[in-house]
Amino acid sequence: MDFEALFKQFLSGDVAQQASILRSLTIFLPELVLSCSIVLMLVARLISLDRIIPTHWFALLGGMGSFVIVLFQFWQFGESQTVPVEVFTGLAIHDEFSIFFRGFLTFFLVFVIALTVLTGIPDDEDAPDFYSLLTGAVIGMMLMSSANHLLMLFIGIEMASVPSYAMTGFLKGKRRSSEAALKFVVYGAGAAGVMLFGISLLTGILGTAQFSELAPRFQAVFVNHAGMQDPATRCVALALLMIAVGFAFKLSLVPFHFWCPDAFHGAPAEVGGFLSVGSKAAAFALLVRLTTSLAGDGTGALSQLSLSCGLGLGLIAIATTTFGNLAAYSQQNIKRMLAYSTIAHAGYMLMAVSALLVLQSVQSDLVFQGNHQENGPRAMEGLLYYLCVYLFMNLGAFAIVALIRNQTYSEEIDDYKGLAQQAPVLAICMAICMFSLVGIPPLGGFYGKAFIFASVYEATNVHWFMWIVLGAGGLNTVISLFYYLRVAKTMCIDTRPADAVPVTMVASSSPALYVMLVSGMVVFLGIIIDPLSKVALHAAHALF
Amino acid sequence: MSPETLLTCIVFLPAVWAIALVLFDAKAKEAMRYWGVLGTALTFALTIQLLAQFDSSKSGIQFKFDTPWIANWNVFFSLGVDGISLPLVVLTGFVCLLSMLASWSIEKNVKGYLILFLILETGMMGVFLSLDFFLFYVFWEVMLLPMYFLIGIWGGPRREYAAIKFFLYTLAGSVLMLIAMLMFYFNSDRSFDLLELARIAGGTSAGKSHVYGMSMQVAAFIMLFIGFAIKLPSFPFHTWLPDAHVEAPTPISMILAGVLLKMGGYGIIRIAFPLCPYGAQYAAYFLAALGVFSIIYGAFAAMAQTDFKRLVAYSSVSHMGYVLLGIAVWKIVDGKTVGREYWEMGLNAAMFQMIAHGISSTGMFFMVGVLYDRVHHRDINKFGGIAQVMPHYAGLAAVIFFAGLGLPGLCGFVGEVFSVLACWNFSPLLAIISASGVILTAGYILWTMQRVYLGPEYKGPHPEALVEMNSREMAIGYTLVAMAILFGVLPHLLFDPMHGSIQALTESLASSYEKLYGAIQTSQLP
Repeated sequence: MDFEALFKQFLSGDVAQQASILRSLTIFLPELVLSCSIVLMLVARLISLDRIIPTHWFALLGGMGSFVIVLFQFWQFGESQTVPVEVFTGLAIHDEFSIFFRGFLTFFLVFVIALTVLTGIPDDEDAPDFYSLLTGAVIGMMLMSSANHLLMLFIGIEMASVPSYAMTGFLKGKRRSSEAALKFVVYGAGAAGVMLFGISLLTGILGTAQFSELAPRFQAVFVNHAGMQDPATRCVALALLMIAVGFAFKLSLVPFHFWCPDAFHGAPAEVGGFLSVGSKAAAFALLVRLTTSLAGDGTGALSQLSLSCGLGLGLIAIATTTFGNLAAYSQQNIKRMLAYSTIAHAGYMLMAVSALLVLQSVQSDLVFQGNHQENGPRAMEGLLYYLCVYLFMNLGAFAIVALIRNQTYSEEIDDYKGLAQQAPVLAICMAICMFSLVGIPPLGGFYGKAFIFASVYEATNVHWFMWIVLGAGGLNTVISLFYYLRVAKTMCIDTRPADAVPVTMVASSSPALYVMLVSGMVVFLGIIIDPLSKVALHAAHALF
Repeated sequence: MSPETLLTCIVFLPAVWAIALVLFDAKAKEAMRYWGVLGTALTFALTIQLLAQFDSSKSGIQFKFDTPWIANWNVFFSLGVDGISLPLVVLTGFVCLLSMLASWSIEKNVKGYLILFLILETGMMGVFLSLDFFLFYVFWEVMLLPMYFLIGIWGGPRREYAAIKFFLYTLAGSVLMLIAMLMFYFNSDRSFDLLELARIAGGTSAGKSHVYGMSMQVAAFIMLFIGFAIKLPSFPFHTWLPDAHVEAPTPISMILAGVLLKMGGYGIIRIAFPLCPYGAQYAAYFLAALGVFSIIYGAFAAMAQTDFKRLVAYSSVSHMGYVLLGIAVWKIVDGKTVGREYWEMGLNAAMFQMIAHGISSTGMFFMVGVLYDRVHHRDINKFGGIAQVMPHYAGLAAVIFFAGLGLPGLCGFVGEVFSVLACWNFSPLLAIISASGVILTAGYILWTMQRVYLGPEYKGPHPEALVEMNSREMAIGYTLVAMAILFGVLPHLLFDPMHGSIQALTESLASSYEKLYGAIQTSQLP
């Protein structure tokens, strides 16, 4: 291809459903804005501009600008175009689902930056480093959510992970922080290697790395193969297992969760909050994209593939929730407890993916009364709703931990005794977040959980194993009550010891307003459910 | 006021009142208390207004209205009232007002207490008025958090244990209820409408030919029953109750006994029975036997207590056994309901017993609370001779305790005797055993009265504090006594509004079981 042809393609694009490079770049604008803000932050330090304008303003403006552009894209998507387009010659895809997640992530970025400004965790000297790492990780996560190619999958995950390692070790002087970062890096590198191996196996067998091509190729390759005796089947199983290892690491699923409590314990609470929500959400977006494209239309060999993947994920989900909840029970440090709670919640959310795959495996059969076409999007709606509430309730909890740490220099649950008497705002907001994490209406956490359980119930029609998943989900909800309640009880019911460090939080101060806003959103999402549920369903439809 | 506005106001007025409390200064305790009394009084007035607008000659739901709440999931904000829920709504308003008046003894963090109290009232009203299963579930759980903190913060020495036990039991029941709810949702083409679900169960729904399968009905009924039996509380699930009652502050005990326990009975009548007639009939004998066992067990357990409040708590277990018995006496021979009018009598008795127990046990807890506020202990063996120093109080307490005992002419009698009578048709053996429970009840209540109120002289701690009731306490006491006598003498005041709805319920359940039985005989349902 000569230069002229290339230039023409750059301008117009000539492949169906694929955007030209120029158009790809327009669609990529939110990421570009974030990248620009990173460059600006670093340049600003070079020319000492950060002495005049604090660095967080660059980061905040970048995040907000990016969010506004995503909103605009969302609006535009509804107005003028409805078909998903592949951008950058098919490496990424632009549809409602990716818009939803990019909006989610940029929105979250703004909230995290606001939190770090309020708690002052990066000092002026470190601010450019911290914020460029944070923004860079978000760009990686955005790439993950719109990946359409196995290569992009890997790049996205790595781009999100590497800044996370550095942020975990951000408290440079602290041994625990460095140790946490090192554990995280070693684990992450191992998992990434295994995953890359899996990706190459899969690409080798199917002859493509394009998500949209995976299912048809699989159909073609395995049209006559059956059973595990066939080397090709075993090879695919191995490849999927290896890719699953990479995801399990990102989502901190059992048995690849060991890094999570240590990393959260060592990292500042703000980073913990960021990792627990941001990287989880992006990894789920990616997992859903990969698995739904593998499951395809659920006919022939794909039905078997989809069912086994679904059941396998269901098993992991049971193990993860149960383990996370049981381990959280005995924790004394609130960050460790929240880390195990994050693990447990990853398990609940994985149940939605499991139910989705199991339901997709019988998409062509008519075993249901009513419109079973809706089942898949419903399962996704549950997951997306859960993630949105999870953003607020988990961020709220970590924010309160950070604010209390700033005054008492302690993150032990025992030191929270009787905080309600000194800082009722913090205690009440923490209680709201905790009860929402248990899943008690009328707080938002309940609805996500109920929607997911509903999909799992629907999947019991396909396979009996889903009854066990449902039972485990219900039982775990009851178990989890203990440790969440302990925090609420310690803060609200116990009396503050006389020698405890006093905590003050005026209800009209900006940190207090911040936590009230975040936990207020948890309550809001528990009462006004309709708008978000509709948006989530709309976004979920893009996948099917 | 239009019925829609009225129902919505009944549910949300307390919550709005609670939000307004945030604006009060934390030191203005008296002002906040009066504000709280005003809120509960207004809510009570609204329930009276509802009673006035209610047409008791009609059966079925009145003033029903639906507003979409979660459109994607077919969840509606749907409220309505019928003869079964109306008495309970009025009772809730009444008990809340009285216990708000009894809350003057709360000194610690009055603001938080009142806010939680009012949110609790919203939850209770919502449970009784909602006609959408999902909404019902949400309100059911809304009660949980305020109750946890009300027991946990303002309770007695073992309050944390009691509060978490209460929370855990209820949550476990709720999770089962949630799963049962999903079962109905997916077996009815995505509907949470309780009336529609009941119509499908009865095979009378327009456009839906299938009914729920047998195994599904049995499974769903078991799950729903456990969820409600925990609240009722019935025998194996009752152990949270004595702890919660003993540790809760007096006004909260009054609400617990007066309203919260009725949620269990109401749930069985409103949801478990209509939605799974087959499951209900399948378990009927077991339920009746469980009810009878609870009567006897509760009475014996009450007799063994030395803690005054614990005794009253176990008496609740015993009294709520009559409710379960009355509900369950559904006798079926060869698919036909035998003696439907007896079952109707049983259901009427169960409803009456719920209201009567709402009055008598609220009163008993209040009477215990009056003593506790003065002498700060509840050990029955250290009491005695109270009637000498507080004659006025002892007189009122005697009437209330006699109402609990089931003395003819007071409210406790009607419910007990009718449920035992209805049981005779179902199973004479159970009727005889449950009737003997009355003797045990008389035994422990008379013995208690003897030990506490009679005798020459009070020898326990703080004798100097034993002063006669003040006018506020007197007002509460007299109101309760008046209600106990009123319903004992004129029980038709309660039976009239309930009758139509209960008749319709038994008729539809009998016919739906008959249909299902026919289907089973011909073509073995799944």
